[in-house]
Amino acid sequence: MKHAFLIVTLAGLLIVMSYSFIQMPAIGSEEHPAFNEVSQYYLQRTAQDTNALNVVAVIITDYRALDTLGEATVLFTSVAAVLSVLVVAHPKPNKKMDEENHG
Amino acid sequence: MDDQIVRVISRIIIPFIQVYGIFVVMHGHLSPGGGFPGGAILGASIILYTLAFGAEAGAKMIPHRTSKWLESGAILLYIAIGLVGIGVGRTFLTNRAAGFPMGELGNVISAGFIPFITIAIGIKVASTMITLFHTMIGKDPH
Repeated sequence: MKHAFLIVTLAGLLIVMSYSFIQMPAIGSEEHPAFNEVSQYYLQRTAQDTNALNVVAVIITDYRALDTLGEATVLFTSVAAVLSVLVVAHPKPNKKMDEENHG
Repeated sequence: MDDQIVRVISRIIIPFIQVYGIFVVMHGHLSPGGGFPGGAILGASIILYTLAFGAEAGAKMIPHRTSKWLESGAILLYIAIGLVGIGVGRTFLTNRAAGFPMGELGNVISAGFIPFITIAIGIKVASTMITLFHTMIGKDPH
Protein backbone atom coordinates (compact mmCIF):
# COMPACT_ATOMS: atom_id res chain seq x y z
CA MET A 1 0.00 0.00 0.00
CA LYS A 2 2.74 2.38 1.00
CA HIS A 3 4.79 1.38 -2.03
CA ALA A 4 1.90 1.86 -4.46
CA PHE A 5 1.18 5.32 -3.05
CA LEU A 6 4.84 6.27 -3.42
CA ILE A 7 5.02 5.05 -7.01
CA VAL A 8 1.78 6.81 -8.01
CA THR A 9 2.96 10.08 -6.42
CA LEU A 10 6.35 9.97 -8.11
CA ALA A 11 4.84 9.02 -11.48
CA GLY A 12 2.38 11.92 -11.26
CA LEU A 13 5.19 14.29 -10.36
CA LEU A 14 7.23 12.97 -13.31
CA ILE A 15 4.33 13.57 -15.73
CA VAL A 16 3.74 17.12 -14.45
CA MET A 17 7.42 18.02 -14.61
CA SER A 18 7.95 16.47 -18.04
CA TYR A 19 4.92 18.33 -19.39
CA SER A 20 6.13 21.68 -18.04
CA PHE A 21 9.63 20.96 -19.35
CA ILE A 22 8.25 20.35 -22.83
CA GLN A 23 6.26 23.59 -22.61
CA MET A 24 9.38 25.65 -21.79
CA PRO A 25 10.52 28.10 -24.50
CA ALA A 26 13.86 27.36 -26.12
CA ILE A 27 16.97 29.11 -24.81
CA GLY A 28 17.38 32.41 -26.60
CA SER A 29 13.88 32.53 -28.09
CA GLU A 30 11.87 35.73 -27.92
CA GLU A 31 9.08 34.19 -25.80
CA HIS A 32 11.53 33.45 -23.00
CA PRO A 33 10.44 35.14 -19.76
CA ALA A 34 13.98 36.38 -19.13
CA PHE A 35 13.88 38.32 -22.41
CA ASN A 36 11.88 41.27 -21.10
CA GLU A 37 12.19 45.00 -20.55
CA VAL A 38 14.63 44.61 -17.64
CA SER A 39 17.52 43.55 -19.87
CA GLN A 40 16.59 46.31 -22.35
CA TYR A 41 16.67 48.82 -19.49
CA TYR A 42 20.10 47.66 -18.33
CA LEU A 43 21.59 47.82 -21.83
CA GLN A 44 20.15 51.24 -22.63
CA ARG A 45 20.46 53.09 -19.32
CA THR A 46 23.73 51.79 -17.81
CA ALA A 47 25.96 54.48 -19.31
CA GLN A 48 23.78 57.44 -18.29
CA ASP A 49 22.91 55.97 -14.89
CA THR A 50 26.41 55.16 -13.70
CA ASN A 51 29.01 56.38 -16.27
CA ALA A 52 30.46 52.88 -16.48
CA LEU A 53 31.04 50.76 -19.57
CA ASN A 54 30.86 47.22 -18.16
CA VAL A 55 27.16 46.36 -17.92
CA VAL A 56 27.78 43.17 -15.93
CA ALA A 57 29.87 45.03 -13.34
CA VAL A 58 27.21 47.72 -13.05
CA ILE A 59 24.50 45.12 -12.48
CA ILE A 60 26.41 43.30 -9.73
CA THR A 61 27.82 46.38 -7.97
CA ASP A 62 25.10 48.99 -8.51
CA TYR A 63 21.66 47.63 -9.41
CA ARG A 64 22.17 44.41 -7.43
CA ALA A 65 24.68 45.70 -4.88
CA LEU A 66 22.80 44.29 -1.89
CA ASP A 67 23.00 40.83 -3.48
CA THR A 68 26.78 41.23 -3.85
CA LEU A 69 26.99 42.21 -0.19
CA GLY A 70 25.28 38.90 0.54
CA GLU A 71 27.90 37.11 -1.57
CA ALA A 72 30.67 38.78 0.42
CA THR A 73 28.91 37.61 3.57
CA VAL A 74 28.92 34.07 2.17
CA LEU A 75 32.71 34.30 1.76
CA PHE A 76 33.04 35.60 5.31
CA THR A 77 30.84 32.78 6.62
CA SER A 78 32.84 30.16 4.73
CA VAL A 79 36.08 31.40 6.27
CA ALA A 80 34.51 31.48 9.72
CA ALA A 81 33.20 27.93 9.30
CA VAL A 82 36.55 26.56 8.06
CA LEU A 83 38.47 28.30 10.84
CA SER A 84 36.06 27.08 13.50
CA VAL A 85 36.41 23.47 12.29
CA LEU A 86 40.13 23.30 11.48
CA VAL A 87 41.74 25.62 14.02
CA VAL A 88 41.81 24.30 17.57
CA ALA A 89 42.40 26.92 20.20
CA HIS A 90 45.38 26.07 22.39
CA PRO A 91 45.19 28.12 25.60
CA LYS A 92 48.74 27.07 26.57
CA PRO A 93 50.62 25.77 23.54
CA ASN A 94 52.51 22.66 24.55
CA LYS A 95 55.58 22.56 22.35
CA LYS A 96 56.30 18.86 22.71
CA MET A 97 52.76 17.83 21.91
CA ASP A 98 52.66 20.30 19.03
CA GLU A 99 55.70 18.71 17.44
CA GLU A 100 54.25 15.25 17.88
CA ASN A 101 50.99 16.25 16.23
CA HIS A 102 52.42 18.13 13.30
CA GLY A 103 55.69 16.22 12.87
CA MET B 1 58.51 22.11 -2.28
CA ASP B 2 62.24 22.72 -2.55
CA ASP B 3 62.94 23.34 -6.20
CA GLN B 4 65.29 25.99 -7.53
CA ILE B 5 63.57 26.27 -10.94
CA VAL B 6 60.13 26.81 -9.40
CA ARG B 7 61.53 29.44 -7.03
CA VAL B 8 63.28 31.44 -9.75
CA ILE B 9 60.33 31.33 -12.15
CA SER B 10 57.87 32.21 -9.36
CA ARG B 11 60.02 35.16 -8.29
CA ILE B 12 59.91 36.44 -11.88
CA ILE B 13 56.19 35.98 -12.63
CA ILE B 14 54.55 36.77 -9.26
CA PRO B 15 54.88 40.58 -9.69
CA PHE B 16 53.30 40.35 -13.15
CA ILE B 17 50.42 38.23 -11.78
CA GLN B 18 49.83 40.78 -9.04
CA VAL B 19 49.94 43.74 -11.43
CA TYR B 20 47.46 41.94 -13.68
CA GLY B 21 45.18 41.25 -10.71
CA ILE B 22 45.29 44.90 -9.65
CA PHE B 23 44.57 45.90 -13.25
CA VAL B 24 41.52 43.62 -13.40
CA VAL B 25 40.21 45.02 -10.09
CA MET B 26 40.83 48.68 -11.00
CA HIS B 27 39.22 48.35 -14.46
CA GLY B 28 36.24 46.36 -13.19
CA HIS B 29 33.75 48.97 -14.40
CA LEU B 30 35.41 49.42 -17.81
CA SER B 31 36.43 45.98 -19.06
CA PRO B 32 35.53 42.34 -18.40
CA GLY B 33 36.62 41.39 -14.90
CA GLY B 34 35.82 42.96 -11.58
CA GLY B 35 36.29 42.25 -7.94
CA PHE B 36 35.78 38.50 -7.90
CA PRO B 37 38.17 37.48 -10.74
CA GLY B 38 40.73 40.14 -9.81
CA GLY B 39 40.73 39.08 -6.18
CA ALA B 40 41.07 35.45 -7.27
CA ILE B 41 44.13 36.35 -9.37
CA LEU B 42 45.70 38.24 -6.45
CA GLY B 43 45.01 35.38 -4.05
CA ALA B 44 46.41 32.87 -6.54
CA SER B 45 49.69 34.82 -6.69
CA ILE B 46 50.09 34.53 -2.90
CA ILE B 47 49.18 30.83 -3.08
CA LEU B 48 51.88 30.36 -5.73
CA TYR B 49 54.34 32.16 -3.45
CA THR B 50 53.42 29.84 -0.57
CA LEU B 51 53.76 26.76 -2.78
CA ALA B 52 57.16 27.81 -4.09
CA PHE B 53 58.79 29.20 -0.94
CA GLY B 54 57.15 27.14 1.79
CA ALA B 55 54.44 27.67 4.36
CA GLU B 56 56.56 29.69 6.78
CA ALA B 57 57.54 32.27 4.13
CA GLY B 58 53.93 32.53 2.96
CA ALA B 59 52.66 33.00 6.50
CA LYS B 60 55.35 35.66 7.04
CA MET B 61 54.33 37.53 3.88
CA ILE B 62 50.61 37.68 4.70
CA PRO B 63 50.31 36.90 8.44
CA HIS B 64 47.04 35.67 9.82
CA ARG B 65 46.51 38.94 11.66
CA THR B 66 46.84 40.96 8.44
CA SER B 67 44.44 38.81 6.46
CA LYS B 68 41.98 38.91 9.34
CA TRP B 69 42.00 42.71 9.29
CA LEU B 70 41.79 42.82 5.47
CA GLU B 71 38.84 40.49 5.47
CA SER B 72 36.81 42.34 8.09
CA GLY B 73 37.91 45.75 6.78
CA ALA B 74 36.85 45.04 3.20
CA ILE B 75 33.30 44.08 4.11
CA LEU B 76 33.07 47.02 6.55
CA LEU B 77 34.25 49.35 3.74
CA TYR B 78 31.48 47.93 1.54
CA ILE B 79 28.86 48.56 4.23
CA ALA B 80 30.26 52.06 4.96
CA ILE B 81 29.96 52.97 1.26
CA GLY B 82 26.38 51.74 1.36
CA LEU B 83 25.60 53.74 4.49
CA VAL B 84 26.59 56.99 2.71
CA GLY B 85 23.35 56.61 0.77
CA ILE B 86 21.34 56.48 4.00
CA GLY B 87 23.35 59.44 5.34
CA VAL B 88 22.17 61.73 2.54
CA GLY B 89 18.57 60.57 2.86
CA ARG B 90 18.38 57.95 0.10
CA THR B 91 18.28 54.17 0.18
CA PHE B 92 21.14 51.80 1.10
CA LEU B 93 23.83 51.64 -1.63
CA THR B 94 22.68 54.66 -3.66
CA ASN B 95 25.21 55.63 -6.32
CA ARG B 96 24.52 58.76 -8.39
CA ALA B 97 21.79 60.29 -6.24
CA ALA B 98 24.01 60.08 -3.13
CA GLY B 99 26.47 62.55 -4.66
CA PHE B 100 29.40 60.28 -5.54
CA PRO B 101 31.63 61.94 -8.18
CA MET B 102 30.66 60.31 -11.48
CA GLY B 103 33.68 61.41 -13.54
CA GLU B 104 33.83 60.97 -17.29
CA LEU B 105 32.65 57.92 -19.19
CA GLY B 106 35.62 55.60 -19.72
CA ASN B 107 38.02 56.99 -17.10
CA VAL B 108 39.43 54.78 -14.36
CA ILE B 109 38.16 57.19 -11.69
CA SER B 110 34.50 57.36 -12.67
CA ALA B 111 31.18 55.61 -12.12
CA GLY B 112 30.69 56.78 -8.53
CA PHE B 113 31.22 54.12 -5.89
CA ILE B 114 31.61 51.19 -8.30
CA PRO B 115 35.49 51.22 -8.28
CA PHE B 116 35.57 51.38 -4.47
CA ILE B 117 33.11 48.51 -4.12
CA THR B 118 35.10 46.52 -6.68
CA ILE B 119 38.30 47.14 -4.69
CA ALA B 120 36.54 46.03 -1.48
CA ILE B 121 35.32 42.83 -3.17
CA GLY B 122 38.81 42.17 -4.56
CA ILE B 123 40.47 42.52 -1.13
CA LYS B 124 37.79 40.30 0.37
CA VAL B 125 38.13 37.50 -2.20
CA ALA B 126 41.95 37.59 -2.13
CA SER B 127 42.17 37.49 1.68
CA THR B 128 39.54 34.73 1.81
CA MET B 129 41.54 32.54 -0.60
CA ILE B 130 44.78 33.20 1.28
CA THR B 131 43.24 32.51 4.69
CA LEU B 132 41.58 29.28 3.53
CA PHE B 133 44.78 28.03 1.87
CA HIS B 134 47.04 28.89 4.80
CA THR B 135 44.60 27.31 7.22
CA MET B 136 44.16 24.11 5.21
CA ILE B 137 47.88 23.46 4.81
CA GLY B 138 47.98 23.64 8.59
CA LYS B 139 51.10 25.76 9.18
CA ASP B 140 49.34 29.02 10.01
CA PRO B 141 50.70 30.45 13.28
CA HIS B 142 47.99 32.08 15.37
